[in-house]
Amino acid sequence: MTGTEHLLRGVAPLGGDPTDLLLADGRVAAIGPDAAARARTDARVLDAAGLVALPGLVDLHTHLREPGREDAETVRSGTRAAALGGFTAVHAMANTTPVADTAGVVEQVWRLGRDAGWVDVHPVGAVSVGLEGRRLAELGAMAHSAARVRVFSDDGHCVDDPVLMRRALEYVKAFDGVVAQHAQEPRLTAGAQMHEGVVSAEVGLAGWPAVAEEAIIARDVLLAGHVGARLHVCHVSTAGSVEIVRWAKARGIDVTAEVTPHHLLLTDELARSYDPLYKVNPPLRTAEDVEALRAGLADGTIDIVATDHAPHTREDKDCEWAAAAFGMTGLETALGIVASVMVDTGRMDWAGVARVLSSTPARIGRVDAAHGRPIAVGEPANLTLVDPAARWTVVPEAMASASRNTPYGGRELVGAVRATFLRGRPTVLDGVAVEPGEHA
Amino acid sequence: MKHLLSAADLDRTSAIEVLDTAARMAATQGREIKKLPTLRGRTVVNLFFEDSTRTRISFETAAKRLSADVINFSAKGSSVSKGESLKDTALTLQAMGADAVVIRHQASGAPHRLAHAGWVGSSVVNAGDGTHQHPTQALLDAFTVRRHLVGTADEPDGVGKDLTGLRVAIVGDVLHSRVARSNVQLLHTLGARVTLVAPPTLVPVGVEAWPCDVSYHLDDVITDQQPDAIMMLRVQRERMGADGTGGTSFFPSPLEYTRTFGLDARRMALLPEHAVVMHPGPMNRGLEISADAADSPRAVIVEQVANGVAVRMAVLYLLLAKEREAVA
Repeated sequence: MTGTEHLLRGVAPLGGDPTDLLLADGRVAAIGPDAAARARTDARVLDAAGLVALPGLVDLHTHLREPGREDAETVRSGTRAAALGGFTAVHAMANTTPVADTAGVVEQVWRLGRDAGWVDVHPVGAVSVGLEGRRLAELGAMAHSAARVRVFSDDGHCVDDPVLMRRALEYVKAFDGVVAQHAQEPRLTAGAQMHEGVVSAEVGLAGWPAVAEEAIIARDVLLAGHVGARLHVCHVSTAGSVEIVRWAKARGIDVTAEVTPHHLLLTDELARSYDPLYKVNPPLRTAEDVEALRAGLADGTIDIVATDHAPHTREDKDCEWAAAAFGMTGLETALGIVASVMVDTGRMDWAGVARVLSSTPARIGRVDAAHGRPIAVGEPANLTLVDPAARWTVVPEAMASASRNTPYGGRELVGAVRATFLRGRPTVLDGVAVEPGEHA
Repeated sequence: MKHLLSAADLDRTSAIEVLDTAARMAATQGREIKKLPTLRGRTVVNLFFEDSTRTRISFETAAKRLSADVINFSAKGSSVSKGESLKDTALTLQAMGADAVVIRHQASGAPHRLAHAGWVGSSVVNAGDGTHQHPTQALLDAFTVRRHLVGTADEPDGVGKDLTGLRVAIVGDVLHSRVARSNVQLLHTLGARVTLVAPPTLVPVGVEAWPCDVSYHLDDVITDQQPDAIMMLRVQRERMGADGTGGTSFFPSPLEYTRTFGLDARRMALLPEHAVVMHPGPMNRGLEISADAADSPRAVIVEQVANGVAVRMAVLYLLLAKEREAVA
């Protein structure tokens, strides 16, 4: 990594006082007046005045679809989208075809990510064989593979068998792993299409009650407390879930929780359009839930924002609601949404954004040796530069993801990613992807 | 009005316009020559993804009485079952020059998608979608109620009038019923007061936002409210857990349901003299309605079917012919 040096002038680390940063040999080589002085004469100088520097963003919940659904996304297309969204690391969910439930599959995904070179890809391993919820997958083999898996999840399915969940929580303690639960009681949500409430009653779509999420989270925090294990709750979507996580943390239970950008912004009212772009699992909830999630994120009850980036082909969305796939893309809009709903509203500062989108997800995923680091001399140069004042409109056709199922088309967001650096190499400059090799 | 997707699409004025137009249509149906030339040269497609011979025949009759060309498209394999997608079916109909598409679909919102996804330019009439809406059923029910309870000797169809002051009880599986959803909205729009009566398991969470009352006690509603019309909803076999799929039933047994929520001779006797008994059909005799009730002189169930043709003629007329007149 002895490529070009980059001197970032006038940048504001975590939104603090502007200074200069020198990136060299994949690390932050100097900060402040020292930076310009130490830069080589051929260093590339970037005018970063007005930009905020964040540690490179880390997504704990990404669906890259490869292997199996390369028509919706590949590791290459998805990680390129991630870089444009400001990410330097993503955790690739296990619900691929074949399922990432063996060392072979997780190593394949890890290698595809390494070869693509856009972000560090950390595969998530399945908890159960085939995501079927019957018996444990070879968690140890995945943990000790080249992919060094630390996050295990049957995401898309709930580990609803309490005994299997207990065993998984206990077993991964041996290698400091975490079980990331998709909390959805299956019997209460058979055939469910959207949040159960006033809107579902009127539009006649089968309801997905909040209690189906909350009951599993309540059970799991008690299980985690009982066996002294680490639990992560995926895509918390209800006010009641926030309350349960808050209660569990107060009891000292080792639980972390994530919220998606879409649950911080959108509500079930959108289902009135019957447009499957708004069909997602867990479903969009009410305005009261959105407010509770924002408050929970601001006060730290919810630890992180994770995208649940779920690309789908057009044919899986251009149909009637019940026939459509669940999910929406999110990598390229996550930062803008968090900036719009949390920073622009004064509920969170940029240090808070770095916490929820970088340092804490890195720590939960145990990739915090390389990612989510402080912006300090000697640290890996995984950085994201954000223009906090930029207003931009989401154009689905302009997205880098191989899929177009963003629910934000036409929506204006404030806060745009201008540059991303992965170990000192720019993957994005001036908001444009820099193809690997394009820039020596 | 370009489409009829939901009873909520109709305000009081437009609902009365449909009912009044239906009255004029009904009047023509007593003649020897029933056919009107109104929609000559126009094409109406009946697109049925779900079996419903009754509704399809009703729409087909209505369109033919208006001289429209009718194409029946029975698309059993929907995209849900991995057949042709709704979109491709729609594009096919568009290519065939359909002026109106009458759609019945098991997925709530499918007519809405057909009308608004940009796939077709024709008018869309919702003939029943999932557990969402069945607006022409609500219109024919309102037409029937108005004729019986508002009409006078001079004006037997109650033309120009709404249903202000009438009390209507809708009894049964509200949760899964598009008929109940449509009727609550339309009857409320027309000024009637609606009470839903069902076991709590068959009332949707979120019903509190509906413009109606909810009761779990049929006897109390009959005794205390003395409804002017009572509408019995069909209870489907699969809701009883008797379909072998292992699903949990919504009530303990058919017998208990009948005892608590069925309309029988005893409850008939408690209704006011003038009250009419309605059912959207097909009936489960002996379950939600006894033969005594179904065959009583106060039952207007067969008349509902006849009124269905007149109401659907009115809807097709207003969507297709009226629009053309406005342009001309």
